[in-house]
Amino acid sequence: MSTNSQLRPNRANVLRRSASNHLVTAISVLGTLLVLVPLIAILVYLVYKGASSLNVAFFTHTPKPVGESGGGMANSIVGSSIILLLASLIGIPVGILGGVYLAEYGAGKTLGAGIRFVADVLNGVPSIVMGIAGYALIVVHQRHFSALAAGVTLAIMMVPTVTRTTEEMLMTVPHAIREAAYGLGVPRWRMILSISLRTAAPGIITGCMLAFARVAGETAPLLFTAFGSSFWPHNLNEPMAALPLQIFVYAMSPYDEWHRLAWAGSLVLITLIMVSVGLVRYVTSRGRLKGGH
Amino acid sequence: MGVGIEVKNLNAWYGQTHTLRDINLTIPANSATALIGPSGCGKSTFVRCLNRMHETNPSARVEGMVKVGDIDIYNDAAPVEIRRRVGMVFQRPNPFPTMSIYDNVASGLKLNGFHNRKVLDEVVERSLKQAALWNEVKDDLKKKSGASLSGGQQQRLCIARALAVDPEVLLMDEPASALDPASTSKIEDLIFELKDEYSIVIVTHNMQQAARVAENTGFFLNGQLVEFAPTSTIFTKPHDKRTEDYITGRFG
Amino acid sequence: MADTRIKDAEPPALLKLQVNEPHAVAGHAVEGKAPAAIREFLNKRGSGAAGDGAFGALVLACALSILGIVVLILFVLIQQSKLSLHAFGLKFFITSAWDPVMGDFGALPFIYGTLVTSFLALCIAVPLALCVAIFIMEICPKPLRGPVAFLTELLAAIPSVVYGLWAVFVLVPIMRDHLGPFLVKFFGWTGLFSGTNFGEGLLTASIILSIMILPVISSITREVMGAVPVSQKEGVLALGATRWEMIRIAVLRNARVGIVGGVILGLGRALGETMAVTMVIGNHPDIAKSLFAPGYTLASVIANEFTEATGDLYLSALIEIGLALFLVTVVVNTIARLLVWFVTRNSAREAR
Repeated sequence: MSTNSQLRPNRANVLRRSASNHLVTAISVLGTLLVLVPLIAILVYLVYKGASSLNVAFFTHTPKPVGESGGGMANSIVGSSIILLLASLIGIPVGILGGVYLAEYGAGKTLGAGIRFVADVLNGVPSIVMGIAGYALIVVHQRHFSALAAGVTLAIMMVPTVTRTTEEMLMTVPHAIREAAYGLGVPRWRMILSISLRTAAPGIITGCMLAFARVAGETAPLLFTAFGSSFWPHNLNEPMAALPLQIFVYAMSPYDEWHRLAWAGSLVLITLIMVSVGLVRYVTSRGRLKGGH
Repeated sequence: MGVGIEVKNLNAWYGQTHTLRDINLTIPANSATALIGPSGCGKSTFVRCLNRMHETNPSARVEGMVKVGDIDIYNDAAPVEIRRRVGMVFQRPNPFPTMSIYDNVASGLKLNGFHNRKVLDEVVERSLKQAALWNEVKDDLKKKSGASLSGGQQQRLCIARALAVDPEVLLMDEPASALDPASTSKIEDLIFELKDEYSIVIVTHNMQQAARVAENTGFFLNGQLVEFAPTSTIFTKPHDKRTEDYITGRFG
Repeated sequence: MADTRIKDAEPPALLKLQVNEPHAVAGHAVEGKAPAAIREFLNKRGSGAAGDGAFGALVLACALSILGIVVLILFVLIQQSKLSLHAFGLKFFITSAWDPVMGDFGALPFIYGTLVTSFLALCIAVPLALCVAIFIMEICPKPLRGPVAFLTELLAAIPSVVYGLWAVFVLVPIMRDHLGPFLVKFFGWTGLFSGTNFGEGLLTASIILSIMILPVISSITREVMGAVPVSQKEGVLALGATRWEMIRIAVLRNARVGIVGGVILGLGRALGETMAVTMVIGNHPDIAKSLFAPGYTLASVIANEFTEATGDLYLSALIEIGLALFLVTVVVNTIARLLVWFVTRNSAREAR
């Protein structure tokens, strides 16, 4: 075999390489399609099943006992809203201020790195464990299930997400505009509130919405905190109905009527999540100044 | 009205690096003073020591005395109080991107808690006129973001923002280095106009600029002030060989 | 001699310019002084030290609350599972008794169920996630890239309970009537698909889990693939490599540590995923070889039995399972974060 023949392109080799290239391309396209199938199947099935089961009563009535038809999940929708509001009121401010610490005070410090790491780890703790924690922290001491326990548990789940996105968004604020504020004699706290946070606001709001969307669909942490109820919510110290819980209970029941309600509930839950995310995006994108970013 | 600045035995460090060594200098009031020198010579660090911006960097350290008017800035007052008296314009235009033109100019007052609308309106108009920007922006003061202006306009906006708090001294750290020649000449005209009312200290790497606008010029090299004298002296009869080498283009 | 040198080098315009009058600037005439109110106000304004101190303390407290929460969770979980910890010790994790009536508890069946479902879910999800990531990053036409990425991210936005609902009414019948019989016919000889196929069981749970962890793995994979420098890819292409060879040599080899990190992160999600699994796994504490058999995972036994647990020891055993789950996911996530951090840090350093 001469050197010359080794250098000449080998036809079989080229064909083999080109074939394997096409094969891999085909596999990756097929794989992607295979992933999109269940997604589309779930969404289509959800809209189909859910929309056909939705009616006015669903939004205005509490659940009916087994055997009676009709009834709705109005109390669950209200309950979920209350619990999520409570969670956001606690989780978002704490999360944002924690992110401010990491970005503005903790950069380069061991404590900052440690907190950042623990936040990531807390983010990965399964929601069922957070449910037990909420139970052990609050329900055990109150001696009964409560919406308060549910709200606090979900708030705890929001904090790490909000903290980390706030930190990341604050890091993108140019140092130059912080200097501009310092140069005007603005105290640090005022600079952070009016310049850093305001400049990073669109990203931070998106982060908060993602955290909200994540806990809005959570069921496991509510099992041993909110517990569920078939009545209208009265106060925070009582068990309260919540949409994901009710969907779970209905889905596992043997009754067709309840299955119907579970589908309708799922459609409402997903719509609520999407709409609230979309709404906040829309509101924050309005009222901007020309040429601002 | 502007006040003079007196600097005695000023030393500054970034981490382990000794960036300023034993600076002694008296800057007269109501005039423009230029600081020249090759990059990394410490001239930027020096102006940042005059309003305590230097210490916003956590690894920075300063020793010595700086008197602005009759205030010893490292002993008599907090950094924020000094910065309200000693305004600063930075190398790159840095308007607040989320604020309107109006709010940018008013920011020094608003962020410090001043909210009298009538006075604010007056101050914004006055400052924008001083910065020769009023005619270009008066129609969309509250509609447009500060970031929507051109680079030269943004820098004049930053000058207006600094003037709005009625400072006694205005520090300018290479204010025209990121701008085109037309904008640069506008900024220079401005400095010429403003120096009757404020004490201006301008850092520049452009010797012609120093010659055009400043009464006095200081030459920095390797963290030391080599020579400080009336501008004409520096450019025609420098006392120090190193100054002479620099302005004749032998190095730097 | 020095004199002549200065004269020679001196730019003639230099000194002339100095005496130049400034150009007239339109609208530049400024009348009067700045309002005295401003200077007066600013001079009276204090150092702001009190505000700075209070704000600094507030944000520090909020950041520390994250540490506090984790410590507190660990503390209450240990405290509440003390009874079970004392009664069974380490034996708890290697015995398979689960007898609430006799008060005898062992977590082995749940550990088995969790490991089997998570492992199978990874087997299904990892190749698919790689396909999706390679497709989006290297093959997909630019205009489609955003929408496809968005759709796969959308999978992560669907709540667990909705996955469960879909699985109960759509996936379970498919398993029972189509996929199950098919597997028995072709792979029945392995013994993995024996026994009655109810549609529910370990395999169904694994499939729904794989769909749920796929977006996590593919988004991390995309992130680390994006961190591979373009110069490296171009270098390989310039040698005459095909696109697949370029992906294999330049992209996958460089990104493999990060991809492993993403897979482990997906594992963390799979280990703790609760609702969808609980709804289709059959909920029976068995250690069965058949993938059609009903099972139980650590998370689903808690979800299913916690509110019905009678007796302190029973409750305490369930909380101990939660404690175990907590510790395992902390370890798994720590490893994953370190791997991803390691890769992105290196690429960030190269970019600098």
